[in-house]
Parts: sequence; structure tokens; C-alpha cells
Amino acid sequence: MRVIVVGAGEVGSNIAGDLATDHDVVVVDIDGERVDALSYSHDVLTVEGDGSDVDTLEEAGIAEADMLIASTDDDSTNIVTCGTAGVFPETFTIARVKRPQFLRTWERGDRTFGVDFMVCTDLLAAETITGVIGLPTAQDVDTFAEGLVQMAEFELPEDSPVVGQTVQEADRFDSLTFAAIVRDDDIVIPRGDTVLRGGDDVVVIGSPDSVRSFSEAIAPEQSGPRDIVVVGGSEVGYQTTRLLEARGFSPRLIEHDPDRARWLAEKLPGTTVMQSDATDREFLERENVGDADALIAALENDQKNLLAGLLADRLGTKRTVAVVDTVEFADLFEAVGIDVAVSPREATAEEITRFTRGRRAENVSLIEGDRAEVMEFEVDADGDAVGCTIQEVAETLPDGVVFGAITRDGELTTPRGDTVIEAGDHVVVFADADAVEDVTAAL
Amino acid sequence: MRVDWRTSASLTGTVLKGLAAPLAVSAVVALLYAESPVPFLAPAAGTLVVGVALERLPRDDLYPREAFLMVSATWLAVALVGTVPFLLVGTGVFASPLDALFESMSGITTTGATVIGDFDAHPQGLLFWRQLLQWLGGLGILVLAVGLLSQLSVGGARLMETETRTEDVTKLAPRIGETARILGSLYVGLTVLLTVLLLALHYAGFAPNMGPFNAVSHALTTVATAGFSPEAESLGAFEPVVQYLVVLFMFLGATNFVLLYALTQGRAGPLRRSEEFRVYLGLVAATTAVAAVVLALDGTFPTVESTFRHALFQVVSILTTTGYASADFNVWSPALKHLLFLAMFVGGMAGSTTCSIKTVRWLVVLKSFRRELFVELHPEAVRPVRLGDEVVDESTVRDIHGYVLLGIVVFTLLTVLVVVDASRAGTGIGEFEAMGAAASTFLNIGPAFGDAGPYGSYAGFPAITKGSMVVLMWVGRIEIIPVLVLLTPDFWRS
Repeated sequence: MRVIVVGAGEVGSNIAGDLATDHDVVVVDIDGERVDALSYSHDVLTVEGDGSDVDTLEEAGIAEADMLIASTDDDSTNIVTCGTAGVFPETFTIARVKRPQFLRTWERGDRTFGVDFMVCTDLLAAETITGVIGLPTAQDVDTFAEGLVQMAEFELPEDSPVVGQTVQEADRFDSLTFAAIVRDDDIVIPRGDTVLRGGDDVVVIGSPDSVRSFSEAIAPEQSGPRDIVVVGGSEVGYQTTRLLEARGFSPRLIEHDPDRARWLAEKLPGTTVMQSDATDREFLERENVGDADALIAALENDQKNLLAGLLADRLGTKRTVAVVDTVEFADLFEAVGIDVAVSPREATAEEITRFTRGRRAENVSLIEGDRAEVMEFEVDADGDAVGCTIQEVAETLPDGVVFGAITRDGELTTPRGDTVIEAGDHVVVFADADAVEDVTAAL
Repeated sequence: MRVDWRTSASLTGTVLKGLAAPLAVSAVVALLYAESPVPFLAPAAGTLVVGVALERLPRDDLYPREAFLMVSATWLAVALVGTVPFLLVGTGVFASPLDALFESMSGITTTGATVIGDFDAHPQGLLFWRQLLQWLGGLGILVLAVGLLSQLSVGGARLMETETRTEDVTKLAPRIGETARILGSLYVGLTVLLTVLLLALHYAGFAPNMGPFNAVSHALTTVATAGFSPEAESLGAFEPVVQYLVVLFMFLGATNFVLLYALTQGRAGPLRRSEEFRVYLGLVAATTAVAAVVLALDGTFPTVESTFRHALFQVVSILTTTGYASADFNVWSPALKHLLFLAMFVGGMAGSTTCSIKTVRWLVVLKSFRRELFVELHPEAVRPVRLGDEVVDESTVRDIHGYVLLGIVVFTLLTVLVVVDASRAGTGIGEFEAMGAAASTFLNIGPAFGDAGPYGSYAGFPAITKGSMVVLMWVGRIEIIPVLVLLTPDFWRS
């Protein structure tokens, strides 16, 4: 596949890097130095120029391209670029935007703005944060089959009751499948006698209820956050708070700017908005922020987020989540004491990459970078797997594959060896990176 | 910028010109009863001439100053024209010009406080004119609310918008005139419907006393939540079924007409979602329940049904500022009278024909109090006042605080005036009766307690008191602010 990526910022470079191994990638950016740097670090072709200029796109070979990804930091540029690419209707266009209003507009029409697929950075970050916050100790959460199936990755605390148990002992939950254990950078496919250790990352697939039960079982003292504080009313902070409200929480939101605070208070009826500096320790103590179950730092810059998160951690907040703009800082944040660092840019790059792969599967979630994937397939009537049991299909596949869930007519079924696959089923499968091709071929 | 009084006068002229029609209708009624039509035809001719003359004044755009002046002037002018038939007939109390003016002002402001003691002393045509005057007052306030007050930031109308904005019904039509026409049609429709229902009850034999004259007369003052009745016993003169029907229409008259209009279009959602409506309904239900229990304990009425009916009727009548009576509540126990006194300060919904403070203003006041308590504990909290899903502007909240405070101050001053003036005139009046009469006139309810009770009259109050009440009925009906604005020097300064 030939892919043109417009914008060589963090998101664009990440996508280009991810796609370069399997596809022909052309990167377009207005900044000559950036494209030069990229052509040394990745095996991609680079073009210097304005992506919204049809001549530049032609120079990048748009006429032969299968896909164009507009991923600059400017919403309007991305939309105009896709519109320009619309001159070549054969090319599939993906636009990255920050403001959710563009996404809402796009969702209402058929190929609005000439965009085939749109990813909203801030909304995606907010969804990631709310997914993580709802499940204590969850590192990553994704949903499949229209919300019927959830995939979650948990880090087992050392003092978790399930540490030392075998998978068979820990697996007390209906409709929950242990898909994988990530242990010291290895991916272990769990067997019934595999013993769980503290520090393991466990990937489970199942109904949202069973995932929540599991989450509570591995960390009983952390079950279900009630008091959530969001710091910073940026777009990410606002969207996160809105999603938390929609899930029945009554969060507190701290915003420094009086006008913005007023606006937020008007938009968020279920939230207590405070107008204050979130690094004002006296204020944090007076409002008992230390007693909060979770604090989400969504300020405009990374340093402030780190500071707010660490301050809350020091005051006693149980769990801290921080938004980090610069992708490389994410690990550092988690190393110094932030429980989860969420990078909107990384989430966006991941979403776009997984979408380009997902064109084979319905939906894809990447585990540990791209070491493994959780994929959703809809089984075709003429597929080879129709009428076979899971046992039979699994025998044709390599080791690193686990059937996580099957949904049929909107109902979730937990797959067992003798479950027969029918046409129209949605199958959610965990697959090691090496096994992805085989799984895709089989289903 | 000077006040362009000619624009205001010209618009007032248009209204005065229009008054000729209802006066002519009353003349026809007088003729039907073989009475002289002259007391109506004379002012009809007069108001037509004056109206046309004023209307010819050069008319410019209506800015807030001109609108304030026009609103205040119109209601005063209509009250003055309305006085003329009472004076010309001149029987009984109406030999006194002040009493005639009192009755007319009470009518047009839909107050319903009367100076008439002996209803048989007056011709049918005049009694009909009283009823018609109230109907015009109810229509006037409705049109005023959407047409003008919404632009004058008096709070009530803007709140009505807040309540209904989400449903896109405030602006029923792109033009204000069209909106006013729709609401006017609804008002006429409700009046006609009630007339037909009352007549149906009459001809079916369920309401022998509810002949065509009574049916039309009561329909006119029920939907207007006004309260005049050509019967000395008010609605007590009719059968229970009539009273229940009237309760329903008083309740509807005090419901936001924009929401009622949505209902006629088959959309019940806006009404169901209106927080003000839920509170209004809750207040009616709760007050009725309390009143019924007290009446039952007092053993005032013989049956459970009659106890419930009189409790419901009186609560709805007072709370919606109508002022009809189904029984002489003046002889009820003090606990009940105090309950009804408190109900006087409620009023129905904004955007309806009622007077008084109105439910939505209390709602905003209470919510902002609750907010203040919260902010005491959390000084940094930013907490807008909401009605349903809509945020109420801080300026509107301030307007409402000001309005309620002003209302209480005016009520208190009027109470003191009633007591002092009565003592000066040697008539004497109890504190509670004075408070009742003050609230009842200023909040445009009608009957109060003591001499001013449902089966009494205001005729016995001294002249200064009656004169002040005339002014305060006027001020109260147009929500205080427009008149007070006229009294500020700034208004007249360029």
C-alpha cells in the first residue's frame, strides 16, 4: 500500500514509522529540516511542501496513493488537505483533529469535508483516561463489538489476592478470558496452571461487568473510584469530565482562568467547578484533594501536569493520571510516581495505525506498542471457519492466539473449545504479533 | 438621548383605539338586557377619537425608554377609560369616582378586588364590562410578556425564555408579533372552550345557575386568572362540577402559555421537562394536601369530598392569583388563613396570565441561596444557577433578587400605610387583615381577609388607602420595574 502522511510532527512521525515496515510511505511537511530528519530515521520518502497544495500532493504521488493521512497539529490544515486530496477520489483520507466539534460534524454526513476517517485527538485522550479511571490498576482499556466486549490490561500489585494463584484459580468470572500475561517483556499465553506473579501485566477480554469485577478482585482496597478530581479545563480536561459525568460520576474540576471556569461550570451540570491554581497547596488541602480516589492532570503543559500529579500523590490521592504531550516523557512520568501517563499524540498515532490495520479486521487494539494485537472480526458467510468449532480453528493456528469473546446477535458468548463459529459472529481474538497474519487469514 | 414620548403616546393611542370594540360589545350586552348603552358608547367614541389622535403622532423605533413609558402609560390609560362606564352608570358605590377607578384598575390588572357589596344594584351591562376588562387585562399581560417585557429585562420574561429556550418554543415564530398572535389565539381558544363546557353543563342540567351570561362572564375571568364574578357568592354559587372545571382552567391559565402551545401541537415533552411546572404542580398539590387535612381536623365541611374540593379550589384560586371563592374562607381557622396568605406570594408560572412573584423567581432565589451556602464552604467554586438544563444569567439572578426584595419592601410599606390610614380614619384594622389586603391588591389576587374577605368588599377602606392600592395594583401588574424606572431622574435626562 502507498501511504502519504502529511505533517511530520510527533503523530505523523510515529505513524510513518509504524507503517514504514509494511508499506511505501511518503511524508509531506512544510518544514524542510523535519522531513530531512525523518528520512534519516525511517525508511520513508519525504517531500517538502504544503500538504493542502494539490501540486505538492501530486509530487508526493497522490495519483497512485491508496491512503492519505493528514496529521499536522492544525485542524483546519488537516481538513483542507483531505478536501484537496478529494480531487483523487480513489485515495482513502484520514484526518486528525483536536476539536471534537469537527468530529461531530463529520459523523453527521457521508464523507464530510472529503474525509473518510477522522480521529479526534482530545476526545480519544479523554476516552482513554475515562476507560483507565473506571478500572483501578488498569493500564489500558478498549471496547469491541459495540461495547459488549471489553479488553483491559492490568498491572497486578504485589499484594494482590490473586498473586500466587494459578490462572485456573483466579478465573472465577463468567465470560472473562485471560488472553495474555506480559512478564518482563515476554508475552506469555496463560495455561490453566500458569501462576500469576506480582508486577505481571494481565490482558483480559470479557463483558464490561466481568472486567470490572476482575479489576476489583485484584485490588479490593481500590475498588471503584468515587471522588475524582480533574485538574485543568483544557479540551482534554473538559471532554474527560463530560465523559465521567456521562458515566455517573460527580467529579470536581479545577480551572485557573475565571472565564473558562465559568464556561465549564455552565457546560458541566454534574461537576463542581473550582476556580483556582491547582498547584496552590493550601487550596488543595482545604478542598481535601488528598482524599480523592483519583486525580487527572490535564493542564496545558507537561511540567505542570507532572507537578500537579506529584503534589496530589504527596497529599495522599490514591491514583494519579497525567496527560503528557511529549510522547517520550510518558515513561518518565510513570517512573517518578504518576500512576498512568496518557499521551494524546501517542493515542492518536495508535488509533490511526490500528485503523489502517483494522481495514482487515473490524477493530484492533495494540498491546505493548505493537507486540501483540486484540482484533475483532466479523465472520463472513463464505469464510473457512464457518461451522468449525474453536478447537478446530485453533489447531490450524500458531501458539500465540487466544479466542477472547464471541458476540452473536448482540449477545456475548464465552468461547469454549466446542463453541461452533457461525456466519455473522463477531470474534474477538488476542494474537501475538507473529500470529496476526495467520489469524487474519483464518477468519 | 431624550425620551421620545411621542412614539410611546402613539403606541398607547393604538391600544386606546382598540378599546372601542370591547366597549361596543358591552353596549350590545346592555341592549340585550334592555339597559342604556350610552355609558359604553360614549367612552367608546371618546377613546376612539383620542386613540386615533394619539396614534397620528410621529412614531419612531421603540427603544427601552419608550417601551417603559408606553407599558406604564397604556395600563394607566386603559384603567382610566375603563372607569368611565362605572362613573356614567353611577349606581351604588360607583357614585364615588375613586371607587369607580378602584374597580376599573382592579379589573384591568386582573386583581379582582371589588368595592361592590350589593351586586343586584348594578345593571348587567356594567357587570359584564367588569368581566371583559379582566379578560383584556389577562390578554394584555400575555402579549406584553412576549412582545415587550422580554426586551426590557424585567427578569420574568427573560426567565420564561430560559425555561423554554431548549425547546425552541419561545420564538414560536420568527416575528414577535406572530408569537403574540399564537399565544393570543390560545388564550381565546381556552376562553371559548371553557364557555362551551360551562354551557354544556348548564343545558345538561348539572348547573342550573350557569346560564349564558354567567358562563361567558366566568370563562372571561377564569382563564385570565382574574377573579371577578357577577355573583356575590363567587363560585360558591355553583355546583361542585362547575367548581372542579374552573379549578382546571385556573390552573391552565397560570401555566406557561408557550408550554401549553407545545402541548396543543402534540408535544408534551417541554411541559414535562419544565422545572418550573413541576415545582408549580408540587406546590399546588402540597398546599392542597395541608389545607385539606386542616379543614378535616377543623370539621369545617361535612364530607371528605367537599373538604377536598374547597381546599383544592381555594388553594388554586389564591396561588394562581385568581381570587375566586367557593366558600367564605374568611371564617376558616387562622392556620388556614395564614396558609392562604403565604400562597398569595407564589403566583403561577412566568409566561402565563398570573401575577405575584411567580414560581420561577422563587425557584431562582432558593437555588441561589443554596449556591451561596455551598460557596461559603468552597470559596473557589464556580456554580451557575440552573433551571432544568439551562443556565440562568447572573444578571437575571440579580434582577430577580432585586425584584423580590423590592416586592417585599413595597408590600411592607403598603401594610404599614393600611394600618396607619385606618387608624387615622378611625376604621381600625388588624395587622393580619392589613397584610392580607396589602398583599392581595399589590400582588393582584383580589380577596383577602376580614372586611376585604371573599364575600366582603374594599369599599370601606379610607380614601388614601384605596388610592394607594389603585397605584400599587398598577405597579404590581406590570412588575414594578417599568414604573419605578419612570421615577428615576436618569430616565428623563438626555
